[in-house]
Amino acid sequence: MQDYIIRRVLALIPTLFFVSIIVFCSIRLIPGDVVDLMMSQNDISTGQDRAKVEAALGLDKPLVVQYFHWLGDAVRGDLGRSLWRNTKVTEQLAMRLPVTFELGFLALIVALTMAIPIGIYSAMRQDSLGDYVTRSFSLVMLAIPGFWLGTLVMVFPAVWWRWAPSIDYTPFFENPIQNLRHMLVPAILLGLSLSAVTMRMTRTMMLEVLRQDYIRTARAKGLGEFRVVVQHALRNGLIPIVTLIGLQAPMLIGGAVIMEQIFVIPGVGLMLLEGVFQRDYPVVSGVFMVVGIGVLLINLTVDLSYGWLDPKVRTQ
Amino acid sequence: MSGVAVESTIAAKPARGPLADLVVRMFRDKPLGAAGGLIFVAFLFFGIFANVLTPYGMNETNILNRLEAPTLAHPAGTDHLGRDVFSRVLIGAQLSVIVGFAAAALATVVSIVLGVLSGYLGGWVDMAIQRFVDAWMTFPGLVLLIVVISIVGPGLAQIVVILGLQYGIAGSRIVRGSVVSVRENMYTHAAQSIGAGTWHILWRHILPNIMPVVIVLFTTRVGAVILAEAGLSFLGLGVPPPTPTWGGMLAGSGRAYMYVGPWLALAPGMCLTVVVFAVNIFGDALRDLLDPRMRGVR
Repeated sequence: MQDYIIRRVLALIPTLFFVSIIVFCSIRLIPGDVVDLMMSQNDISTGQDRAKVEAALGLDKPLVVQYFHWLGDAVRGDLGRSLWRNTKVTEQLAMRLPVTFELGFLALIVALTMAIPIGIYSAMRQDSLGDYVTRSFSLVMLAIPGFWLGTLVMVFPAVWWRWAPSIDYTPFFENPIQNLRHMLVPAILLGLSLSAVTMRMTRTMMLEVLRQDYIRTARAKGLGEFRVVVQHALRNGLIPIVTLIGLQAPMLIGGAVIMEQIFVIPGVGLMLLEGVFQRDYPVVSGVFMVVGIGVLLINLTVDLSYGWLDPKVRTQ
Repeated sequence: MSGVAVESTIAAKPARGPLADLVVRMFRDKPLGAAGGLIFVAFLFFGIFANVLTPYGMNETNILNRLEAPTLAHPAGTDHLGRDVFSRVLIGAQLSVIVGFAAAALATVVSIVLGVLSGYLGGWVDMAIQRFVDAWMTFPGLVLLIVVISIVGPGLAQIVVILGLQYGIAGSRIVRGSVVSVRENMYTHAAQSIGAGTWHILWRHILPNIMPVVIVLFTTRVGAVILAEAGLSFLGLGVPPPTPTWGGMLAGSGRAYMYVGPWLALAPGMCLTVVVFAVNIFGDALRDLLDPRMRGVR
């Protein structure tokens, strides 16, 4: 198990290197005229300040030097200062990340509590009406864009019943109930679109596993259907499902950007959009990097969880 | 495979061309997929002939008719400037067709180039490309698109190129997988052993054999790209106004008027969903028909 962890962590290094190159390029590629635009928008217009902005972006040194400077700063947790608010990007991120994390976590709970039981049901009653309805539902959910669903939820309840989802954010530790009232609707919408893929995957895996000999053995020795399905079948079908959840992490974050925009949730997604519209590049690249590393860590956790889920991986 | 089996396979092959054969099998075995294909063709038709089919100009304003509910004259109602929503949705379809096909085509080419290089050459080239693809796929598609647009600015050409690169790099892994399996086939080794050059092998042996994968990849990319463009337009980072886009019509200034005219929220989203749904089921059916391993599986 230890070897497995070490190998997996070592394999991360080249990927991390390319991630850092991509983020660095995103900063370097900012064209010169954007510096002008940034200055005019940010109300710093003397020639002396231009050099300062370029220095803030690190544009005044050779490329390789810039990369290592930037990397050194980033490793020490310094992602620069926001040009708009003059606060540290990391400070903003520390405030925004837990919000997006909460949204993603709630959405994941919604997705799994829907997808896994329904997927199992669909596999156990293959080709029944229920199976057909669930499969069609998941196909439709794959096609409906989250932002349209969000718009519909904002508009139609307001038109019909004079009720609209809350858009006033309250921190969870200040008022958990108020916070959940705000977060629940976007979390459900986000979870719905995530559940579609997981549902299909659960169904496929369960169909495959339920045909295995050990399931027949379990049934033959007189185990109840619930134990057969949950203890014998689901546990074996779980690995690809967990992998899929890891693969969906980027989708989850992309969806969070949209939901944060519609429901005015002050998470990293909204921070990114604000950064883009204000041309606050240190903020944009800071969010960009943190999101990339976040997804890498999620995938690492997923890979390591195989060891816990599958004894075969542990002993290899 | 025995000689008899080969002969019977040949004998069973209908006299139709491969494309006609595929169409017939699609309608016979995958009616839902065929329906998706028909919707897709209709969408193409409306997109291509949008300029002729629109009853009103896309930016023709008529302030007296603003926020009018759907009527015979305006089947999808009018917006806050009195523009005909139906006409705007049609022009939006045109944009979706252009973006969908151009970006999906570019994505497919990028996927083929990267996937074939990586899968056929192997070694350190493969290693370097794959680690780069890993890193690229680490970033959520939408976040990557937002960051790149923030650098190059919004516009039709930029969107097509960025979406093409984005989905092309991600899709290269699928092409690589099938190249690796084709590379190990006997006919590839045979070609290598009689001294065929790398380009000849790639062009004559590898490429034709990964075509089914490529066709399916292209189809599914069309749907994905259309959705991604709509998402970007929704966030205000797509093709700039006044060009109507399905995503853009659901966002921005139109948003506030939806409480007065809820039909504004319906037509663009519905078209988007139907087209993407149709492309998805068509792509699924196509995959099942083209992939020999999937035959007989539902």
